Amino acid sequence: MSQITPVFKREFLGYFRSPVAYVFLVVFLMASVGLAFFIGGFFRTNLASLESFFVFHPWLFLFLIPAAGMRLWSEEKRTGTVELLFTLPITTLEAVLAKFFAAWAFLTVAILLSFPMVITVGYLGDPDWGVIASSYLGSILMAGSYLGVCSLTSALTRNQVISFVLSVLACLVLLFLGWSVFNSVLHSVFPVWLVDLLANFSFATHFNAFTKGIIDPKDVVFFLSLTGFTLFLNVVALER
Amino acid sequence: MIEVKGLVKHYGSKRAVDGVSFTVNRGDILGFLGPNGAGKSTTMKMITGFLRPNAGTALVNGHDVTRDPVAVKKQLGYLPESAPAYGEMTVEEFLGFIAETRDFRARDARDAQVERALGLTQLAPVRRQTIETLSKGYKQRVGFAQALLHNPPVLILDEPTDGLDPNQKNEVRALIKNLAAEKAVVLSTHILEEVEAICTRVIIISQGKVVVDETPAQFRARQPGARLDAIFRSLTTSDA
Ligand SMILES: Nc1ncnc2c1ncn2[C@@H]1O[C@H](COP(=O)(O)OP(=O)(O)OP(=O)(O)O)[C@@H](O)[C@H]1O
Ligand SMILES: [Mg+2]
Repeated sequence: MSQITPVFKREFLGYFRSPVAYVFLVVFLMASVGLAFFIGGFFRTNLASLESFFVFHPWLFLFLIPAAGMRLWSEEKRTGTVELLFTLPITTLEAVLAKFFAAWAFLTVAILLSFPMVITVGYLGDPDWGVIASSYLGSILMAGSYLGVCSLTSALTRNQVISFVLSVLACLVLLFLGWSVFNSVLHSVFPVWLVDLLANFSFATHFNAFTKGIIDPKDVVFFLSLTGFTLFLNVVALER
Repeated sequence: MIEVKGLVKHYGSKRAVDGVSFTVNRGDILGFLGPNGAGKSTTMKMITGFLRPNAGTALVNGHDVTRDPVAVKKQLGYLPESAPAYGEMTVEEFLGFIAETRDFRARDARDAQVERALGLTQLAPVRRQTIETLSKGYKQRVGFAQALLHNPPVLILDEPTDGLDPNQKNEVRALIKNLAAEKAVVLSTHILEEVEAICTRVIIISQGKVVVDETPAQFRARQPGARLDAIFRSLTTSDA
C-alpha cells in the first residue's frame, strides 16, 4: 500500500497544475453559494443556519462531481498514460485508491472553501455548530460516494463525454430513489416494501439526517460502503 | 533473464499474438522486427504485465508476470510505443514522480536518480518545461529517461528511436549498447540498420508468429549481398 503516496501526491498536485481546477473551484463555490442565496433564501429565512446551503448539495454534486471525476480514468486511457501507470510497480487497487483519495481530497477542499458562509452565520447569529459540522461531514461523505460512481464510470470508457453522461445518469438514479415525487410514481408500480428498500439506496435520504445534525452510523456506513463497492467494481473494470 | 513462453493474445476473433516464445539473456540486445500490426507491441505489453495474455506467460528474472506482476514490474524499464507521459507536468516533476514510485522516496535519492536520467538522455535543457510543450523527439527522450531511471536489469523498448533526429538516434543506440552489458534488452524497430548496428539477436514476427530467431550475421547470410529490407520482405510477405 506504500505505493499510494506518490500517486496520490501526483494526482492531487496535478489538479493545481491545470487551470481546470481553479475554474472548478470557482464554479463550485458560485453555484453552491448562489443556490443558497437566490433559491434557498439564505437571508430571507432569518435563521443563523446553513441548511439552505447544504440542502442543494445532492443536486449540485449531481453535475459537479461527474465534471471533476469524468477524467479520472478516461483521460489516462485516452493519452495512453494508463500503460505507464500500470507498468510501474503498483497494483490496480493501489492506483484506484490513490486516484480516488486525491480527487476526494480535492473535492473536500472545494467543499471546505465555503467557510466564509460559516463565518457569516457565526457573525450574524448564533448557529448550532454541531449541525454545521455534521452537515459538512455528510456532504464530504456523500461527495465520496458520488465520486466512487464517477471513478467507476470513467474506467469504462476513454471518452470523457460518455464518462460524464454515464456518471450523471448513475448518480441521478441514486439520487431520485429517495425523492418523494419519484417514489410516488414508483409506488404506483411496485409494492411499498420494494420502494422503501430502494429509497434506502438514495443519496438524499441518507444525507438529510446529517443536515439535521444527526450522525447516524447507518448513514455513515451507507456512504462508505457504497464508495467501497464502486471502487471494488472500479478495480474489476480495470483488470478486465 | 526474460523467458517468453507461448504467449497468445486475441482481440475478438483475431489472434494478434499467436504462441510467441523466446528467451533473452543478460548482455543480449534483442531486435524485435515485423511488419505493422505483426504483434510486436502486443507481445511487449504482455511481457510488461500491462496486458493479460490469453495463454502462455513470461518470466522476468524468474518472476512470472501472470502470478506476480508487481515483482516483474520492479525489474523492468519500459518505454511504451509513442512514449506516453503526464503532459501537464514538467520533465523534472514527471521523473521525480517515477523515481518515487520506484522507491526512491528520500529527496536526495530521488533527485540523484532524476539527475542521472536527465544526464543520460540529455534532457537537462528542458527540465523545467512541461512535457506537452516538448517536441516529439524530446517527448520520446522523456519516455526513455523514465524507463532508465531506476537502472533496471531488463529494458523493454518499443521503437526507442522513433521520432529522433539522426544524431539522437546514434546517441540512443550508443547508450543502449553501453548499458546492455549487464542488462537484457528487447527493442522493437522498423530500422533494419539499427538491428545490424546494435542487436545481438533478431526476431521477426509476422501475423503473431515468430518466423526468424537468429543472429544478425545469420540473418544477413540468408541472402548474401541482398539488401536487408529485401530479406525482410521475402520473409514477411511469403506467408501473407
Ligand atoms: N486494443 C486493441 N483492440 C483490437 N485490436 C488490437 C488492439 N491492439 C492491437 N490490436 C491489433 O493487434 C494487432 C497487433 O498489433 P500491435 O500493436 O502489436 O502491432 P505492432 O507489431 O506493434 O505494429 P506496429 O509496427 O505498427 O507498431 C494489430 O492487428 C492490431 O490491429
Ligand atoms: Mg507497435
